[in-house]
Amino acid sequence: MAQLTYFFAVYGSLVNFIGINALLALSLYVTLSAGQLSLGNAAFAGIGGYTAGILTTQFGFPYSLSLLAGSLAAALVGFLLGLPVLRLRGVFLAIATLSFGEVVRIAAINLKITGGAEGLMGMPTHTKTGFIYLVIIGVCYFLAKLRYSKAGWSFESIREDETAAAAMGINTTYYKTLAFTIGAFIAGLAGAMYAHLSYIITPGEFGFSAAVNLLIYCIVGGSRVWVGPVLGAALLTALPEILRGTGITAGPIRMFVNGLILLIVILFLPNGLVSLFQRCRTVDAGVLAGAEIEEK
Amino acid sequence: MNVLLQQLVNGLFIGSVYGLFAVGYTLVFGVLDILNLAHPAVFTLGGLTALWLVESAGLTIFQAFPIAVLIAGLLGLLLDRVAFAPLRHRADTYFSGLISSIAMAIMFESVALGVFGAHTVRFPANTMTLHIWRFAGITVTSLQVEIVAVALLFMVGLTQFLKRSRTGKAIRAVAENERMARLLGIHVDGIIAFTFFISSALGGAAGILFGLYFDALSPDMGRSIELKGLAVIVLGGMGSIPGAIAGGLAFGLSEVLTVAITGTSNLRDAVAFAVLFAILLLRPSGLLGRARMREA
Repeated sequence: MAQLTYFFAVYGSLVNFIGINALLALSLYVTLSAGQLSLGNAAFAGIGGYTAGILTTQFGFPYSLSLLAGSLAAALVGFLLGLPVLRLRGVFLAIATLSFGEVVRIAAINLKITGGAEGLMGMPTHTKTGFIYLVIIGVCYFLAKLRYSKAGWSFESIREDETAAAAMGINTTYYKTLAFTIGAFIAGLAGAMYAHLSYIITPGEFGFSAAVNLLIYCIVGGSRVWVGPVLGAALLTALPEILRGTGITAGPIRMFVNGLILLIVILFLPNGLVSLFQRCRTVDAGVLAGAEIEEK
Repeated sequence: MNVLLQQLVNGLFIGSVYGLFAVGYTLVFGVLDILNLAHPAVFTLGGLTALWLVESAGLTIFQAFPIAVLIAGLLGLLLDRVAFAPLRHRADTYFSGLISSIAMAIMFESVALGVFGAHTVRFPANTMTLHIWRFAGITVTSLQVEIVAVALLFMVGLTQFLKRSRTGKAIRAVAENERMARLLGIHVDGIIAFTFFISSALGGAAGILFGLYFDALSPDMGRSIELKGLAVIVLGGMGSIPGAIAGGLAFGLSEVLTVAITGTSNLRDAVAFAVLFAILLLRPSGLLGRARMREA
């Protein structure tokens, strides 16, 4: 017990960050599971975080209501954004969501109510470790259920081949928007929880590199099952600590290892580290994120 | 009026650097349909290598420039060999290529960080002899003129090369239809490797010019141009070389005009990304892009 207390005293914040990152990665997993590559999930987290933070600090909302409002705000924006941008595919969707993310970040820097570049501060630190993991369990349960629901199968078929899915009578626009909105909701929730975890949030935390990090978590862990993003987020968030344990403290080396892991995974384990444990039923490793074998 | 004119001239200078950067970016996209996110890292390494050659090896900038450009080109070959060639047979090559280029970008940046340190560095003061010309109330430095001249030279050179030379025609053939090009006896893998070489060499050249123009180089300087470069190539039409040049100039102008009109630099990027977003939704093929298949 004493050892456990010691562990939490030293690694408590790491455990919390793993949880938040896992939630964020799960949010991207939903979008990826419908074959849509979004780089806007960090911005959704920002919208959730800022909405919740502002409601708590300036309007005296209770924690639970702030969380709900933050998630709903992100989901609403996700829905409104999804309607037009989901007509784009592949790289173009990525770029559109990316530029949306940049607009959000720049807005957060320039608005008064968000506290500008210094960030929004003063959120009471209500988010506790137990609660984070409770939420993760809940989200994972939901996603595992979702996977074998009608929506889940529709996501899957859209990912495999959107044209074929549409031809089979699946309302692709509806399901893509649904995946996008669910992803935004989870991201907003994670952002709102993060805002109440760290006392201060700054626009830079929700920028391009954050969006890319989420993608890396999903890819390294594996984006075909919900375990993957959680595994990826846990491993990569803890990686600096693990490397420190092996005596590597130099920043550039850590970064290099990060990149190397990503490269090795994408080259040799296209379904992520998860596929090491479960030799995937779907042998077709290539088809990910709505890949199309396209004659140029 | 003079202020505005001066701003326009400045926009033209910086726009030509954006254009040069974007031309390399868009070239790879045009040929492979892959977004090479390591391009900004090559840009950074090009600039830093030139600086190293000037500072430590004691070369003049006119000797260092071609050597650094060549090294940047070799980095492109490395990129192709390690990150792109192994993925070429996969169905989802645009997605996995995007990821592996992110991995390479992380590793390149960590190398830059490890070798050159995290701080901002600059070329020695006497690197370029500087003349300042004033006419009609506009100030132009010889450095600016040289930058535009070099950038234009490269861009026009590339356009002519693609248009007239045998290799250029082969590149265009591969861009048009890889399988057909192979059937016609074109050494496709060699052509793709060569495309990466040219693209990265141009990116490195842009990095050197950028470093000279802003008198600042740092391992993360690629980040600032990464998203702008994306905006430029979408604006010009993905894969279109003239589009990238025009897009770069337009982007440079829009930046300085936003600053001139709003009086603050805060909104500079917001306008750019809002435009990018709008273009993706309204005219995804870009302003000068040919209407190619965006879907399925």
